[in-house]
Amino acid sequence: MAGDTLTGAPRTGAEISGLDALEIAGREQEISPGARLWAATWPKLAALALAIGVWQVVVWSGWKPPWSLPGPVVVGEELIRQASDAQLWEGIAITLRRAAVGYVFSVAVGLLVGLAVARSRVLRAAIGSMITALQTMPSIAWFPLAILLFELSEKAIFFVVVLGAAPSIANGVIAGVDYVPPLLLRAGRNLGARGLGLYRYVIAPAALPAIVAGLKQGWAFSWRSLMAGELLVVGISQTSLGAQLTYARELADSPWLLSTMIVILVIGLVVDAAFGAADKAIRRRRGVLDQAGQ
Amino acid sequence: MTSTTTAPQSATSSVALSGVTKVYGRGANAVLALDGVSLDVAPGEFVCLVGASGCGKSTLLNLVAGLDRASGGRIALAGDASPGLMFQEPALFPWLTVEANVEVPLKLRGLPRAERRERVAELLRTVHLAEFGRKRPHELSGGMRQRVALARTLALDTPVLLMDEPFGALDAMTRDILHDELERIWSERKLSVLFVTHNVREAARLADRIILLSSRPGRIIWSTEVAVPRPRRIDSPEVASIAAEVTDRLRTEVGRHGR
Repeated sequence: MAGDTLTGAPRTGAEISGLDALEIAGREQEISPGARLWAATWPKLAALALAIGVWQVVVWSGWKPPWSLPGPVVVGEELIRQASDAQLWEGIAITLRRAAVGYVFSVAVGLLVGLAVARSRVLRAAIGSMITALQTMPSIAWFPLAILLFELSEKAIFFVVVLGAAPSIANGVIAGVDYVPPLLLRAGRNLGARGLGLYRYVIAPAALPAIVAGLKQGWAFSWRSLMAGELLVVGISQTSLGAQLTYARELADSPWLLSTMIVILVIGLVVDAAFGAADKAIRRRRGVLDQAGQ
Repeated sequence: MTSTTTAPQSATSSVALSGVTKVYGRGANAVLALDGVSLDVAPGEFVCLVGASGCGKSTLLNLVAGLDRASGGRIALAGDASPGLMFQEPALFPWLTVEANVEVPLKLRGLPRAERRERVAELLRTVHLAEFGRKRPHELSGGMRQRVALARTLALDTPVLLMDEPFGALDAMTRDILHDELERIWSERKLSVLFVTHNVREAARLADRIILLSSRPGRIIWSTEVAVPRPRRIDSPEVASIAAEVTDRLRTEVGRHGR
């Protein structure tokens, strides 16, 4: 090939496209969707089977009497019974509505505060470290104050959910903006992006992975705060999932208690999986997903 | 801040620098990066800046591109052209397809969608990447990415191209092809190019004029016209002899910093 260069003949399009084809050959390895799904699913199923197995063994060992720790079969039957009961679905609806309202508000607050702190040196010096401090504060520690401020009401729960979730989201935004590669900023500015244009075309998309990570962590915090809130702030005559946990404990109905816990766990997992899928889609588009590893 | 960016005094230059100085830091820690650099790039001229490490080559391009401010002197650009800048890395936006990357400067200029699509297709044909518009940068080779970056810079429709070691990270064969491509596009579009490199052969292959910068501080110490007719080959004896001369000068300059 080097010999061709020496002839000095003008290069042809075919030569260029030939080199292109050689250089990108073998980069596309398609795995069938079925195989990928199975590869992602079987370890989870195996882990689930193992957990249920351990649970059953503990029950068989007679460590605790069956009315305080029922086995997986009893709880499974209870879960099936619950699934056809309006009370469970009502509880899920109430809890998810609270979660959605609190989370959406947290996202709005977190994005605005995060963007403001990322942009302004003064704000960063003033409240940058406070955001992290807020993040480390266990949400349950806010409840006594929240109950004094808002009494045993939805507002108290909402207050704590937002305080739990917003700092994580704000921190995600700050980290995302901070880690935008300077080279991309220079390229963007050279291409004519200034001010808002720079945010729209460079900073926001470059910060997206960190923002999604912050949103995911914010969700985890808001879900935990919400559960703590629903356990503590009962009395408001609504049978949310957290209230059902409390009632089940008061009635010593452990199958109900455990089946409600499973429902809470599953909701958390489903939402987490949605964030995981979003994160993976972003990484795949940007070519930072290790195909062998996933 | 005595630097200004205005139209060049002589109407014959695309880029005119006079007495450009750049100081980083203040007081005792101040470092003089560029010291009184004056140079003109004529319309359609290909100028290569060559120098060892620390000669402020990249600093100079940043100043001309308006990404940084000179500490003194004047930088003038013909018309209201804002120059296009290319880096050693392609600096493509990884979240966008090849097409969408090339489209960014067109969107920022507010061109209507139909016109943008037409321009993108034309630019991708120019760099021989017409079939790769839907790919993402990570799916392309280094040379292809750098061609996308070139197309994106050309989308600025600017007559002045600033290039900061754009082929430094590529293998020899790919670099060879890109030299041909750049030369073709430069002559078709009558661009003025200010090209920074530490590769003297590359400079002799591409330039109408080679300018040698000293190191710490960056000063112009020597320049030469490259009278070799085009098309040139990087391994031709004429190019090699120019390169040898530049290398000699460069060695003398580097030796000055030894003990």
